[in-house]
Amino acid sequence: MTADATLIERLDERWRDPPGLRGFLTTVDHKRIAARYIVTALFLMFLAGMLALDMRWQLSVAENTRMSPQLYNESFSLHGSTMLFLVSVPLMEAMAFWLVPLMLGTRNMAFPRLGAFSFWLYFGGVLTLWIAHAIDITPDLGWFEYPPLSGPSYSPGHRADIWAQMITFTEVAALAASVNVAATILKMRPPGMTLTRMPVFLWAMLIASIMTILSMPAVMLVTSMLIADRLVSTHFFSPAGGGDTLLFQHLFWFFGHPEVYIIFVPATGFISSIVETFSRRTLFGHAALVLSMISIGALAFGLWVHHMFAVGLPRLGNDFYTAASMAIALPAGLQIFCWIATIWLGRIRLATPMLWILGFVATFVIGGLSGVMTASAALDLQLTDTYFVVAHLHYVLIGGAIFPLLGAFAYWYPKATGRLMSERWGKVAFVLIVGGFNLGFMPMHFLGLMGMPRRVYTYPPGMGWETLNQVATAGSAIAVAGGLVFVGNALWAYWRGQPAGDDPWGGSTLEWASPSPPPPYNMAHVPVVHGLTPMWDDAGRLDVMDGLRPDRREVLVTSVTDAIPLYRQKSAAPSIWPLLAALAVSAMFIGSIFTPWAIVVGAAPVAATLTGWFWPSRPRSRSGPLGVNA
Amino acid sequence: MVRPAMSRSTSVIAMLILSACTGVQSPLAPAGDQASALHMLLIVMTVVCGLVYLLVMGGLVWALMRARSRRRKDEGRAEKRVDRALHVAAGVIVVGLTILITASFFADRALFATRGQDAMAVRVTGHQWWWRIEYRDPASGRWIETANELHLPLGRTTRVELTSGDVIHSFWVPNVSGKIDMIPGRRNLLDLTPRRTGWFRGACTEFCGAQHAHMAFDVKVEAPADFDLWLKTQAAPAASGAPVTGRGAQLFATKCAACHRIRGTSATGRAGPDLTHIAARRSIAAGTLPMTRGALQGWIAQPQALKPGTSMPAVPLLPADADALAAYLARLR
Repeated sequence: MTADATLIERLDERWRDPPGLRGFLTTVDHKRIAARYIVTALFLMFLAGMLALDMRWQLSVAENTRMSPQLYNESFSLHGSTMLFLVSVPLMEAMAFWLVPLMLGTRNMAFPRLGAFSFWLYFGGVLTLWIAHAIDITPDLGWFEYPPLSGPSYSPGHRADIWAQMITFTEVAALAASVNVAATILKMRPPGMTLTRMPVFLWAMLIASIMTILSMPAVMLVTSMLIADRLVSTHFFSPAGGGDTLLFQHLFWFFGHPEVYIIFVPATGFISSIVETFSRRTLFGHAALVLSMISIGALAFGLWVHHMFAVGLPRLGNDFYTAASMAIALPAGLQIFCWIATIWLGRIRLATPMLWILGFVATFVIGGLSGVMTASAALDLQLTDTYFVVAHLHYVLIGGAIFPLLGAFAYWYPKATGRLMSERWGKVAFVLIVGGFNLGFMPMHFLGLMGMPRRVYTYPPGMGWETLNQVATAGSAIAVAGGLVFVGNALWAYWRGQPAGDDPWGGSTLEWASPSPPPPYNMAHVPVVHGLTPMWDDAGRLDVMDGLRPDRREVLVTSVTDAIPLYRQKSAAPSIWPLLAALAVSAMFIGSIFTPWAIVVGAAPVAATLTGWFWPSRPRSRSGPLGVNA
Repeated sequence: MVRPAMSRSTSVIAMLILSACTGVQSPLAPAGDQASALHMLLIVMTVVCGLVYLLVMGGLVWALMRARSRRRKDEGRAEKRVDRALHVAAGVIVVGLTILITASFFADRALFATRGQDAMAVRVTGHQWWWRIEYRDPASGRWIETANELHLPLGRTTRVELTSGDVIHSFWVPNVSGKIDMIPGRRNLLDLTPRRTGWFRGACTEFCGAQHAHMAFDVKVEAPADFDLWLKTQAAPAASGAPVTGRGAQLFATKCAACHRIRGTSATGRAGPDLTHIAARRSIAAGTLPMTRGALQGWIAQPQALKPGTSMPAVPLLPADADALAAYLARLR
């Protein structure tokens, strides 16, 4: 790229955040927002992991008295709610926030201020749940909170409300983030990146975002109904009042199942990127991979009932959901095949990110196969709500999403910080985490088959469960130690790591064309691509186009399918309004835990901040159709 | 990476086979028609899934070996071969899934094969955190109540009607059949056809609040003659054998009768378990403690210490009174 110094200086001046605290509070830089998400979520992962270790400690001996039932129930509720709502999904969104604009060679997300708003609101959800924990109103009914147990009769106090409102926070944030990611991928691709030339990573993020947009409303609806039941005595879920307890489960799992794939599909994007780079070869079966993802995304909405096989629904209906659930093994299996085929055809380089992918295959396939077993409506009656399911879900979520995520961290870390993580310590962390995880969770399959139910704070001696529980505890501790090595390695590398250069791995996609770490404007010029692997095509030469003004925040808008340049769009500047709007929304959400009037009164500040946010401050006519002469 | 994982799983399987022999709450030791069908399905699925896992790992290892080797032949042909293999893989997955879906379907039918037949009806109602169990007295046709202990006649189908008095629970006797939820406002049916006599253990498997962990029950499968005798004993009121005029009985009438019933006495409370024949049961407080006089006395004195959160309040009693009360209950056979 020919980058002349004055252009870079002008871009930098235009895109840089204000210095100090003002910049911190007003930034709309997608990289800073994503980094906040990642740091927050990793810290929460540590806290929730400590809760898990504590629970493992409690279960390592029969009739242990380390934890009271109340503390245990709070611990697993907080662990599950945090890991699913505040760690997994936000981490995947953060990876999208960080990488999507870079991989598109554009300067920011489609809606920069909405991105800032997403983070602040997510952070509000984090504070709601964990401050509640600090002042001992921790939710204690699991991450699912089925009524009538969570209804007003059986859960007085505000524990259940805290949980339900935490969901509202994170789901509004997730919806905003998903709309942002989807719009960015669809409308801001560089010239030449038609849909058929879009890297699998971007497909994954697009599909996950669309799934989020389609599934999150169900859980927001169901938690709002629960709050209404508790706050204003509606009877959505109380059979005595003409409601139905199962309605909650249907709505919850209509969201809850796609949720799993909202976590898994982005991970398949990481895997595809890493496998391609470290096999030094274009991915085998691009179309098959993308079609598999799309079919996973579609099927995910048709199998929620497999979480409800034991509730006594009509048997033939259950068999339909069995078939639908098992059918997902076909696209998932084809994806695995494509990655293995890419390795087979390529020249592999076994650096740490690639090791994580091998760990992923060895572990996730076990989770997928135990998923096939639980998908059977008949067999599930023996497996559901036992430790077999605990094993299954951790194999799928940790093996299927967290391992690729750790690989993705190791892979993109040099791009984000400009420094390389230590390969040696990376391998130590890999061995500890993958080994400890398998040692910790494999025995849980057998515990489940030996009859140990889930969510029990203790169990009687003489059931034959103690040895396996102790193995599980030891394995979890080893995995946590590995996690600390991983984080320590990252922290050490941040200050002391070897300089990485722009493209340490020889990556295939556009993010590697920017400097490491990328400047606020990402790239000096808009790239033009001719294939699936722009960094490898044309012998490493990257065409660029010109025409965006360096003295204004401008981005290029292109057409949805063919990425034909359409507009120069003004991109929003740093602003305090997203933070203020998030504060106003948070105040309304938290107030509504205590009184329905908070919705009425709280609407005024929300309206005021949104008015401030959208107050017209720029002459419209200055952005307009782009004169392109092909 | 593959080898240690496999040797680990072999040792765990060995452990599993050893421990499965003693499982009183285990799907791996089936003692009924329904559990046997599910056990067979489990074996089929484990074998098929295990083979698929070996196939995938084999493919991965092969790919790694090939990718690291220097000698490579015609790449264009290699790609064509992989392309063909993709279709083969899709075919293998579809065939495997078809087998498993079919097996699952037939196992599901087996669970409900007895649905058309005549069966003995038993009602079980879940409560936080115990089980109300009702049998029909063959002599009078009336429903008689017991708690936390289910008796099943060998070789006969028992149809359990499940519901809940408060929140959602789930009824699971893994040695005899799979679990079905107990949902307020709904009635679920579960057929149990036991084929082996002995004591088994059932448990609640749907999280139901603070003491979900202490919501178990004993299951006794016995020969039909023994079962008939047991049922006859259960149907009888307590007054027949036990002295109802003693100190213990008086204490029960004043301190316990608001929540507990003892048929044949003035105690008619319905909030807690029916205690008419409590001393004949194997455990107390829904599988929390063994049935001994000492455990009874401890439970009466300190229920909140033994099962924090239970609805049973601590009843202040003089030591002599607690003794008398426990002695009275221990005679209710």
